[in-house]
Amino acid sequence: MAQAELKPSNRPLSPHLSIWRWGPAMAVSILHRVTGDGMALVGLAVLVWWLGALAGGAESYAAFSAYAGAWYGRIVLVGLSWAFFTHMASGLRHFVLDLGAGYELDRNAMWSWLTPLCALAATVLFWAVITLK
Amino acid sequence: MGNGTSIGRVRALGSAHSGSHHWLLQRFTAVGNLLLGLFLAFSFTRMDDFGYASMHRWLHSPLAATLTGLFVISSFWHARLGLQVLLEDYVKSSGNKFALFALLNLLTFGGAGFALLSIVRIALGAA
Repeated sequence: MAQAELKPSNRPLSPHLSIWRWGPAMAVSILHRVTGDGMALVGLAVLVWWLGALAGGAESYAAFSAYAGAWYGRIVLVGLSWAFFTHMASGLRHFVLDLGAGYELDRNAMWSWLTPLCALAATVLFWAVITLK
Repeated sequence: MGNGTSIGRVRALGSAHSGSHHWLLQRFTAVGNLLLGLFLAFSFTRMDDFGYASMHRWLHSPLAATLTGLFVISSFWHARLGLQVLLEDYVKSSGNKFALFALLNLLTFGGAGFALLSIVRIALGAA
């Protein structure tokens, strides 16, 4: 038995995406992890780059702005803002679920649909205020 | 206590006495991210432009520097906890997991330290 423990088994540690039937609660849960870990890996790197460039002076900030303002930089920034609002909305949903509320099947499914939609609306509103000002 | 399956080996041993700490910290830092992240998003919508001069002037103010610094601490902490769960869920070999935890800790402290020092330099430097 001790030997059997040494080599990792082929069984998944966590529920596999492929074996569950897709539903709104599953989708919003996966979205929460993807946006959270995406921001952890990409968003914090951009945050550190932005602050370091700003501390380095006008020249280094211009170098950062050239990338951030380019078409691919804008895609990343819009994507990060979408991830922020999506993770925030599903995070607020988690706070409600932590209280033990919102587990009725129809209500749970409704908020699973509404959280990413509210986040999308917040993202559009955020960029509308910035670009239309 | 059984010794066949992994659940059988741990059944009736009681609580691990460590999981709730991680769980609570994830929520405490989430509240910090919520408030401070919304402050940052609101600040961005209030800016005239995103050039060096206006951005530097904004972060030079004590309030913006303090709240941005706290956001760095809260978001790096929260991200560190979240990535730990990702590794726990998908990395099978304990050796690889140990190595990735070490790398994660280095990147967390390195990134947060550099970001905080940058903010301090802007806040305390010449206007």
